[in-house]
Amino acid sequence: MNDAVSEAYWAGAARNEFVVQRCDSCGTVRHYPRILCSTCYSFDWSPAPAAPTGTVYSWTVAHHVFDPTVTTEVPYTLVTVDMNVGVRVIGRFDSDVAPTAGQAVVLEFRDALEFRDADAPTPVFTPAPA
Amino acid sequence: MSLRGVAAVAGIGETRYERASAKSALQLQFEASLTAIADAGLSPTDIDGVIPIGITGAPAEDYVVNLGLPDLRFSAVIPHGGASGIGALQCAAAAIAAGLCTAVLVPSGRNVSSGERAGVRIHQMPQFRYVTEFERGIGAIAPAQLYAPMARRHMTEFGTTSAQLAEIAVTTRAHARLNDNAIMTKPMTIEDHQASRMIADPFRLFDCSLESDGGAAFVVTSAERARDLRQPVVELLGSAMCHPDSPSSITQRPDMTHVGIAKAADLAFEMAGVGRDDIDVAEVYDCFTWVVLCQLEDMGFCTKGEGGDFVSGGRLGLGGALPTNTHGGLLSQAHMLGMNHIVELVRQLRGHGDRRQVADAAVGLATGYGDMGDGGLAIMAAAR
Repeated sequence: MNDAVSEAYWAGAARNEFVVQRCDSCGTVRHYPRILCSTCYSFDWSPAPAAPTGTVYSWTVAHHVFDPTVTTEVPYTLVTVDMNVGVRVIGRFDSDVAPTAGQAVVLEFRDALEFRDADAPTPVFTPAPA
Repeated sequence: MSLRGVAAVAGIGETRYERASAKSALQLQFEASLTAIADAGLSPTDIDGVIPIGITGAPAEDYVVNLGLPDLRFSAVIPHGGASGIGALQCAAAAIAAGLCTAVLVPSGRNVSSGERAGVRIHQMPQFRYVTEFERGIGAIAPAQLYAPMARRHMTEFGTTSAQLAEIAVTTRAHARLNDNAIMTKPMTIEDHQASRMIADPFRLFDCSLESDGGAAFVVTSAERARDLRQPVVELLGSAMCHPDSPSSITQRPDMTHVGIAKAADLAFEMAGVGRDDIDVAEVYDCFTWVVLCQLEDMGFCTKGEGGDFVSGGRLGLGGALPTNTHGGLLSQAHMLGMNHIVELVRQLRGHGDRRQVADAAVGLATGYGDMGDGGLAIMAAAR
């Protein structure tokens, strides 16, 4: 399911690094990985490690088992995060307290979910240390 | 050149809507097609254009063979999920206006009870490839979960509440109870909605649409030809189909509180030459309650953020200022990809709405919402 353009992201995730694409021509950062820069239309890009920090934009809590081949453990919280590098990431939220908009969080990549039908690392956010 | 007044929906057809039909999707779409063609007073051999609703429809070739079409001159596929019906109506009108064909069938039919749920089906669609690669594996699987962050963000920015979403569910259910072809007819109160189980916070069970089997179809001709056919003429006044920013990933959309119809609404109203105040009845795509609220804001019926107040107090009910989803919608009638919204709008503008008829309905609109926010609307009017 991973194609060549997203290999660098997944390889970084496996090292617990958040890797985005940076356009070689104009420097614009993008995510999710794709072949063409929509700012300058260059096909050339390089992987760029980015800070794993951001703030919560929105969230949802799953209470229903939507697909048991992915996971049967509910409830779980998903947060959509404005990363400081300028792109978004959605990930699991690991905290005893519900998220709030604007909350500072830190991204790490953990082992794949138990029931997942692929072995890719899972992005997980935790509240940033005070 | 404009599409204003060029085309009319001359025929409509629906099968019985059910939770689980013994009939195949193919049979359901042909049943609905034959009903729509007969409703118009046409014969199948009059059909020279077909736009099958892409994610469920048979290819145009199947229509040639099964309907015995001698002279199919135009076909297209509009691959925008629940916005496909609106896109197809616009495409049919444009093809007729250009002289490419004269009678376009837009058929749909689905038997989802025999297959997988939406959370599995969507990942087979190319539009969802980013979601499938980057989101599904963490547990962002089903549409309810993908759309929930939009609703939560709206609540965060504007103070919208679950009880306001309940107003939409309750009003829509009340309308379904006046429709003999609606699946959900048990009465619903705000309290019932608030007590329904949480699915994907903030969406409760009664914020979510149904999964249904059935078929719906319509036939488009020139407005001129429609005057010689069987039914009261319902003309297309204006339509537009647009797309949200980041249409294949809601996560990457800078502002999650708008969808594609925000870009389409002014285009359609300008083409139609009518204003928001002229709309007597609205059939608004309702895969989730919040999606109705968002589209009403995006179309300019109220300002962004005021949708929660706007949908409250009976405004969307029969007898209210903007009767909405008079058939019971995807929430309570059936999930027929918004094709049932177009059929219902035509029925209302013909004055054939039976117990749920909006008095003196002359101008109305139907909307579509596809995949992750592709959005379109069609403004139609009873010809005078």
